[in-house]
Amino acid sequence: MTIAATATPPDIPRVQADAALDLTAEMTLRSRNRHAVDDIRKGLALWRLALTLGWLDVRLRYRGSALGPFWLTISTGVMVGALGVLYSKLFKMDLESYLPFLALSQVLWGFLAALVSEACTTFTEAETVIRSVRMPLFVFSIRTLIRNLITLAHNIVVIVLVFAYFLIWPGADALLALPGLAVWVIDALALTLLLGAFCARFRDIQPIVNSIMQIAFFVSPVIWKPEQLGAGAAKLFLNPFYCLLEIVRAPLLGQPIALRVWAATIVYSLVLCVISWAFFVRARSRVSFWI
Amino acid sequence: MSGRIDVENISVWFPLYHGSARSLKKTMFAAASGRLGQDQQKRVVVRALQDVTVSIASGDRLGLVGRNGAGKTTLLRVLAGIYEPVAGRVRISGSLNALLDPSLGMNMELTGRENILLRGLYNGLTKPEIARLEEDVADFAGLADFMDLPMRIYSSGMVLRLGFALATAVRPQILLMDEWFLAGDADFMEKARTRLEEMVRGADILVLSSHQDAIIRDWCTRVLWMEQGRVRADGSPDEVLPEYLGHPLPEREPLPVS
Repeated sequence: MTIAATATPPDIPRVQADAALDLTAEMTLRSRNRHAVDDIRKGLALWRLALTLGWLDVRLRYRGSALGPFWLTISTGVMVGALGVLYSKLFKMDLESYLPFLALSQVLWGFLAALVSEACTTFTEAETVIRSVRMPLFVFSIRTLIRNLITLAHNIVVIVLVFAYFLIWPGADALLALPGLAVWVIDALALTLLLGAFCARFRDIQPIVNSIMQIAFFVSPVIWKPEQLGAGAAKLFLNPFYCLLEIVRAPLLGQPIALRVWAATIVYSLVLCVISWAFFVRARSRVSFWI
Repeated sequence: MSGRIDVENISVWFPLYHGSARSLKKTMFAAASGRLGQDQQKRVVVRALQDVTVSIASGDRLGLVGRNGAGKTTLLRVLAGIYEPVAGRVRISGSLNALLDPSLGMNMELTGRENILLRGLYNGLTKPEIARLEEDVADFAGLADFMDLPMRIYSSGMVLRLGFALATAVRPQILLMDEWFLAGDADFMEKARTRLEEMVRGADILVLSSHQDAIIRDWCTRVLWMEQGRVRADGSPDEVLPEYLGHPLPEREPLPVS
């Protein structure tokens, strides 16, 4: 009456999961590192899953609404319009130079702030999946990034409209924003791995991160222009958020990027990636216990 | 390559970080059960598995028995590679499917078709494979016109059938099953059983955790009795089950299903 093993019919899909798995508790740094690299590699192989999850996240957030994610565009547009008129008066700047700057800054900052905040829940929000199947954690990092990129893509409409209204065309220089965006993608993935794991372990981190981002919003030139700082503008590169904003924003506004801004960005990104990797290598195997 | 699992002296401890980990009540309760301890960093931990060693070879059908909290599900999660041990070593060769959560990655707001797509992607299937999965699952679950409607309007029976059909649609070499899988009304079990048996037959190794000794007797060739995170006994069902149940096994026929 016991069921014996027989051959599988050929037309039934087989699970593509790990063909071999060797997990030991006494791991050297080297084997931990190998497992972490493996996680990234397998996560990248599942890019279609990450893409779908990110896309469904956006769709589900706006389920049943007629305009869907375009509500984001509208709310960003209204905010940019209102702030633009008000602040151009407060700062005594003409609307034509201020509004395009603000639209661009606000949309880019919106992406950065949301990404940092959501990085904290990268793994905790996937709790049920992580606890019921062995899944590369990097999949969830990509998912958080994709979700935010889709949101950014919707908000870009605001920038395009404002630029079109004032007949601004950045020209071929805009392509110089692409290396900046590449840095954003790498930093974003590093940050989701770091904050995702760290916040799974220490639940108090997310509120702290959110208040840091709030402060960063005011001390970084998002709604105010770097020039307004006068002589202090030369020291702005000490603010990592300024550098990150500038490497994407400046080319789109047709402005040159100071060499020290790029140099500082690369240093900040390297530091972030090193810290993030060092933590992830140690934390990877523990995340399923923490969430 | 045939499936094989080697578990050597593994321990799994759960650190209690969140909530009232050190509350008096929990400490007392845990002290009474003798499974609370401290690791080297003086953190409070629950020793879910302690020094478990087991080898499972191709052809084995292993049943896990034991009271609630004996470590059955934790052991399944270790075998699935979800929990990595804090001591010891786990080696697994062969493709693996763990049926631990009936609603793995399912989202009630999504349509049946989208949920099938998601599961296919979770399993790393290719596009044509997902198309076949869709056909197979829709057919078994009897969804027909409901395929493109959100799952939240499904009847509970439809949700159960869809979950079951999805979980049993891919055929692994190593099949890990938690007992939720055998829940369901008699009508459904009738239909499900054929499909499940087909999948079990196709697998090199079955590890099944269940409280229903009839199912264990019926499907397993070997029984592992877990107690307080340790292996209490390991042997054939006829040896281990009477000791575990505390009474001799009843006659083999008839065998109730549910």
